Amino acid sequence: MSIRHGLLALLEHGPRYGSQLRTEFESRTGSTWPLNVGQVYTTLGRLERDGLVGQNGEDGAGHALYAITDAGRAELRTWFERPVDRTSPARDELAIKLAMAVGAPGVDIREVIQAQRRHTVKAMQDYTRLKAQALAALEGGGSRERDDVAWLLVLEQLIFQTEAEARWLDHCESRLIRLSATAPAPGPGTGPGTGTETRTGTEAGPAPAGAGTGNGADNRIR
Amino acid sequence: MSTPLAAQPVLRLQNLTRVHGSGATEVHALRGIDLDVHPGELVAVMGPSGSGKSTLLTIAGGLDAPSSGQVIVEGTDITGAGVKELAALRRRSIGYVFQDYNLIPALTAAENVSLPRELDGTSARKARVEAVAALEEMGLGHLADRFPDEMSGGQQQRVAIARALVGDRRLVLADEPTGALDSETGESVLALLRARCDAGAAGVLVTHEPRFAAWADRVVFLRDGAIVDQTVRSEADSLLTGRVAEA
Repeated sequence: MSIRHGLLALLEHGPRYGSQLRTEFESRTGSTWPLNVGQVYTTLGRLERDGLVGQNGEDGAGHALYAITDAGRAELRTWFERPVDRTSPARDELAIKLAMAVGAPGVDIREVIQAQRRHTVKAMQDYTRLKAQALAALEGGGSRERDDVAWLLVLEQLIFQTEAEARWLDHCESRLIRLSATAPAPGPGTGPGTGTETRTGTEAGPAPAGAGTGNGADNRIR
Repeated sequence: MSTPLAAQPVLRLQNLTRVHGSGATEVHALRGIDLDVHPGELVAVMGPSGSGKSTLLTIAGGLDAPSSGQVIVEGTDITGAGVKELAALRRRSIGYVFQDYNLIPALTAAENVSLPRELDGTSARKARVEAVAALEEMGLGHLADRFPDEMSGGQQQRVAIARALVGDRRLVLADEPTGALDSETGESVLALLRARCDAGAAGVLVTHEPRFAAWADRVVFLRDGAIVDQTVRSEADSLLTGRVAEA
């Protein structure tokens, strides 16, 4: 599990006490996954039970220090070498929600998709601004702090993840439109309301001519 | 809405409609678009193929006329302008960036950038100085005398952005500017466009790539010729607390 191995990785740099581990975990990952001190001590307790860390005296202020053991180092190596398992995917609330929205009475799935798209794109805007700041700090400052680099990688992961989600939402929408265009009787609430059936198909479907369909202006400026 | 914006938008679209054809073949490309873009603001327009994104941009730039509604650039309604007046307005106030760069192959980078200024009556010497300065802002000062085919796609697109904003122009209209670039280079072009807007320009970016749209202050979703939704990035640096305050 990630907290467990995250703490081991931090302890490999030398003995630390609980709240120090929490602070370092958060500064490495930009507080993306906040930890509370209770979780840290619970995890340390389990690591100690499993022989992966041991108590190692106290610091000057009386904090109990923990140190990684040889077994802990071996466990950490294995973790870095072993790919994260993707074959049994975690439950994804959005995928479940869209699966349930298909044919759900009183639910316009396009509305569900658009509401999510708005939220996802907004999150991307925020991550992108943070990324621009992080990049500027790294390129301007010259000092490449380990934490700053780690934070940039985490932010970019968030951007890639939200991007994948936004693309998937676009795909769901056009998939549904394509399916409803070929269905014998299009269900209610799937069309944009105004245009005719044929226009809807051309507008939103994968029209080969794209935006240029019947649009003289587009041809003129190119 | 975002940042302390000057009172007057650089671009204002009011109840814009565009109808192609008539009768049975009538297509409503735009249906009542209202959009303001202020200095310092980058607005991204997203939507599926045929949603009206490119039509919106060509009308905003005076390359096509709306069926009804107004396009106001720097306080002037360009829909009422004559042909000559419109050409001058476009030259002085509006810059374009296209997917395929549209640089003139027989001119160097500096000549491409200075051309609109020279056409507008600026002396060749002054236009050249301005062009080199604009290229330097893009980190391209050393490429001023290169021809387009001696530059990479990313460099050509940066020259195109320099050309779009040389002189006093504050409005840049970009139609899929990253479409022909790899994602790394596309990203750096977007960062540059973002920086020009942070320096006071107003930008409209048409893209179907959420990752590039995410550089904007505002993302507008277009569907069947109408704005159906929009998103504004967070004002407070509240997202992912802790790290942001120091930035």
